[in-house]
Amino acid sequence: MEKLYIDAKNNIPLIDFDPSSGIMLLKGRSTPENSVEFYDPINKWVLDYIQSPSNETIVKIQFEYFNTSSSKCILDLLKKFADIHKKGGNLKIEWYYEEDDEDMKEAAEDYSDIVKVPFEIIEIPEE
Amino acid sequence: MIDYLALYDKMRDNNIMLTFKGEVSFELINSVLKIMEERLDLVETSKKTRKKVYNVLVECLQNVCNHLETGEYSTENNLNKNALLIIESDKDNYHVVTGNHVAKSKVDMLKARIDEVNASDKEHLRDLYKKILDNGVFSEKGGGGLGFIDIARKSGQKLIYHFTNVDQEVVFFTLQIDIPRTEND
Repeated sequence: MEKLYIDAKNNIPLIDFDPSSGIMLLKGRSTPENSVEFYDPINKWVLDYIQSPSNETIVKIQFEYFNTSSSKCILDLLKKFADIHKKGGNLKIEWYYEEDDEDMKEAAEDYSDIVKVPFEIIEIPEE
Repeated sequence: MIDYLALYDKMRDNNIMLTFKGEVSFELINSVLKIMEERLDLVETSKKTRKKVYNVLVECLQNVCNHLETGEYSTENNLNKNALLIIESDKDNYHVVTGNHVAKSKVDMLKARIDEVNASDKEHLRDLYKKILDNGVFSEKGGGGLGFIDIARKSGQKLIYHFTNVDQEVVFFTLQIDIPRTEND
């Protein structure tokens, strides 16, 4: 399987998914005009990946912010990754938030409640 | 003839950071956001507040834009994509105001949604958000019902709204969001 790499731009986050290392990075701002359109190919890639995932999959999320339009797509994406866990595979989700960003910390907790796989919610210094 | 100096003074006295009246598009909103980001960097020392204001702006302005573009709150004849945007600040708060035309037939639904959000405390808002987030209903571009809840959660304030009669079919809907300025960090 090929890596999935999408460069970060004004309204879209960096997407760096590596099928061999199992590290899946989402980083930056997610405020695209049409989230369904943006996340669709990413979803498709993940559906493919979970057929034969790496020994360990680590999803690293570091959003500066995301609009509500993205939020459902992001949940959808995480649920797909969660299938790895359901099938007995090794999955970790690491959600990073900048220190003092209570809103992002709460968002991580919200998603953690819904997705029901091991979530590590990690505070990092401001960039 | 408009007294431009008086207008300038009034805007200065009200600490109006930005106003816009015209047709909104995604690109236009991006430009507004860019200007606001730069302005906030200059005038607001608290990073926490800057982030909150920016977050609310993104959500609020994109919402107006999306709804005007899809026309779901417009009447059949009135696909008016013009909106009013005002952002101002005072000692204690930032105020974000949006105004746009809406079909009278949609007023009750809009009102009900905002009233529900305003009647909810923090915990209830969170539960409401999670419930809608997980309901699997995607609107055309994604969000599907989360906008007002998100804005209320982030600002921590009640959403203030008005419906003003324009004609038999149309009202002008204004939404005001207050974002408190936190202590300097």
